[in-house]
Amino acid sequence: MRTVDLFEETYTALTANKVRTGLTMLGIIIGIASVIAMTAIGAGAQNSVQASIQSIGSNLVLVMPGAQKGPGYQVSAGRGSARTLTREDATALASGVSTAQEVAPDLSGRYQITAKGTNTNTTVDGVTAAYPDVRNVQIDTGSFISDANDKDIAKVAVLGPTAMQDLFGTDADPTQVIGQNIRIKGYEFTVIGVTKAKGGSGFGSQDDMVFIPLSTAERYFAGADYVTTISIQAVNAQSMTQLQNDVTDLLLQRHNISDPTQADFTVLNQADIVATASSVTNTFTLLLAAVAGISLVVGGIGIMNMMLTTVTERTREIGLRKAIGAKKRDINLQFLVEAIVLTFIGGAVGVGIGWLIAFGLSSLGILQAQVSMSSVLLAFGVSAAIGIVFGYYPARRASELNPIEALRYE
Amino acid sequence: MIEIKDVTKTYSPGTDVAFQALKGVSFTIKDGEFVAIMGPSGSGKSTLMHIMGALDTPSSGLYILDGKDVSTLSDDELAEIRKDKIGFVFQSFNLLPRTTVLRNVMLPLVYAGIDERSREDRAKKALTAAGMNETHFGHRSNELSGGQIQRVAIARALVNDPTLILADEPTGNLDTRTGEIVLGTFQKLNEEQGRTVVLITHEQDVAEHATRIIHIRDGAIQSDSTSHTKRKARTDI
Repeated sequence: MRTVDLFEETYTALTANKVRTGLTMLGIIIGIASVIAMTAIGAGAQNSVQASIQSIGSNLVLVMPGAQKGPGYQVSAGRGSARTLTREDATALASGVSTAQEVAPDLSGRYQITAKGTNTNTTVDGVTAAYPDVRNVQIDTGSFISDANDKDIAKVAVLGPTAMQDLFGTDADPTQVIGQNIRIKGYEFTVIGVTKAKGGSGFGSQDDMVFIPLSTAERYFAGADYVTTISIQAVNAQSMTQLQNDVTDLLLQRHNISDPTQADFTVLNQADIVATASSVTNTFTLLLAAVAGISLVVGGIGIMNMMLTTVTERTREIGLRKAIGAKKRDINLQFLVEAIVLTFIGGAVGVGIGWLIAFGLSSLGILQAQVSMSSVLLAFGVSAAIGIVFGYYPARRASELNPIEALRYE
Repeated sequence: MIEIKDVTKTYSPGTDVAFQALKGVSFTIKDGEFVAIMGPSGSGKSTLMHIMGALDTPSSGLYILDGKDVSTLSDDELAEIRKDKIGFVFQSFNLLPRTTVLRNVMLPLVYAGIDERSREDRAKKALTAAGMNETHFGHRSNELSGGQIQRVAIARALVNDPTLILADEPTGNLDTRTGEIVLGTFQKLNEEQGRTVVLITHEQDVAEHATRIIHIRDGAIQSDSTSHTKRKARTDI
């Protein structure tokens, strides 16, 4: 039997009962479409998490204070409020660690802010001029906190776009906001700039913030010379681990701690955060794909069911074909090709629908879902494999039919 | 030339319920003969037809078709024999549903791997020989009358130019009138084209259309006689 004839037979068989063919295909279509869509959503989620981590800056090592672990009992007010990192630590890191490109200490706290009858409660971050470079903050209008501001302990403030909207209304024009006064915890500050929206939400909105000079924050709000975070940017991605080690060593030395497990600070590597987040989203993607995979198997069983019904229905036809000279192989191939074509078309339609779902999610702005070529190839391979696996048994059954009995079959 | 020599067929051999359907049957059919094999149901004529049609092999004995021993072949080798040397006509027609007349007749050639052009030529020739009008070639098989369907089936049996046309109760599902037309078609093929036709039936008046009648009863040949009063199928009614 020639290949052309084989496909012609398949076409005739599949179009003979279009509704059944369509419904059977639906199982595979749903399976493949969900595999494609789920992996695309997974990839999109991973990218968005990574992007939001990257939005806090690139190649970052963050140093946070930790409670002092000395002998005896101490009253701990929690890690966040520990006062173990100072501005001097930051200065020492900037000069003492060669792999550090820039160092930005900051002191953050949440305070009530008022402006012309409106008020909000948000993060007020005391920063230095290095902050925008390290933490990837861009100024939209006006200027950022300068070294001079810091030196003068100036009462100036730079608003994040969300904070600005909260204080001056959602349609406030940044250029009009510059020069206005706001009150933070009762102290009057002049707005000198507004930052660009960063979007992302990973670790608290980067847009709902007010920046003031570090020295001002220390003087008026903290009343002491300590910082809550020191952000250090590495020279490049490769030197991150080196930087992390250098920072740890230097701070241990400065704080006179010989045992690293007793350190009164924590050094976080951004790469570690990315890796952790990736492993979380990977697991998530795997879970989604597994659920989709189950529906694919169910679809395959649907194919097998239909093929078995077809074989029973067409027993006499099989008998006739054998009587006029069809060999086992011919019958086997005919039914196998039928199952494979069924899954293959189903797979192709499924890929299309999965892609449309991903495209729809992306264009609706829900998630930047990404259909990967590998998932498409995988889906195609899987659907062809399902055709072979689930078509094999019915095809074999058809080919083994005894022509005499098959012809007699009622 | 068809040679059947001491053919036996036992179903479920070695068990308590072993049943011997054929108990040593021998006969020879020369090329161009029109033979009717007659017998009541349970006589073993169906078993004999299956063996002659290479659908089954005998338990013992020889079956030589066209000089080739067919009695000990494998399933796939039997399929080859059926493809090249046998044309079947069944009582229940067994045409493919929802398929055109032409495609139905071309089906054996599909398995023979013949290319599309000569397939169509040969199918048309066979259909004409079986007395089908060209206007019906494009019709689907479920749009035809019983007599037409059986003639399409005869054309399908003819198309691979077989050594033997084997008809199993070809008029069983037809009324007398259309049955006559079908029998007339066999006679015509036998007389004009010299086709070897073996007709299996349990009806005396159907068997009488053949030139030779073999009676089978309880798995053995009862009589084998040449009919001198061959009944001409009435084509006028």
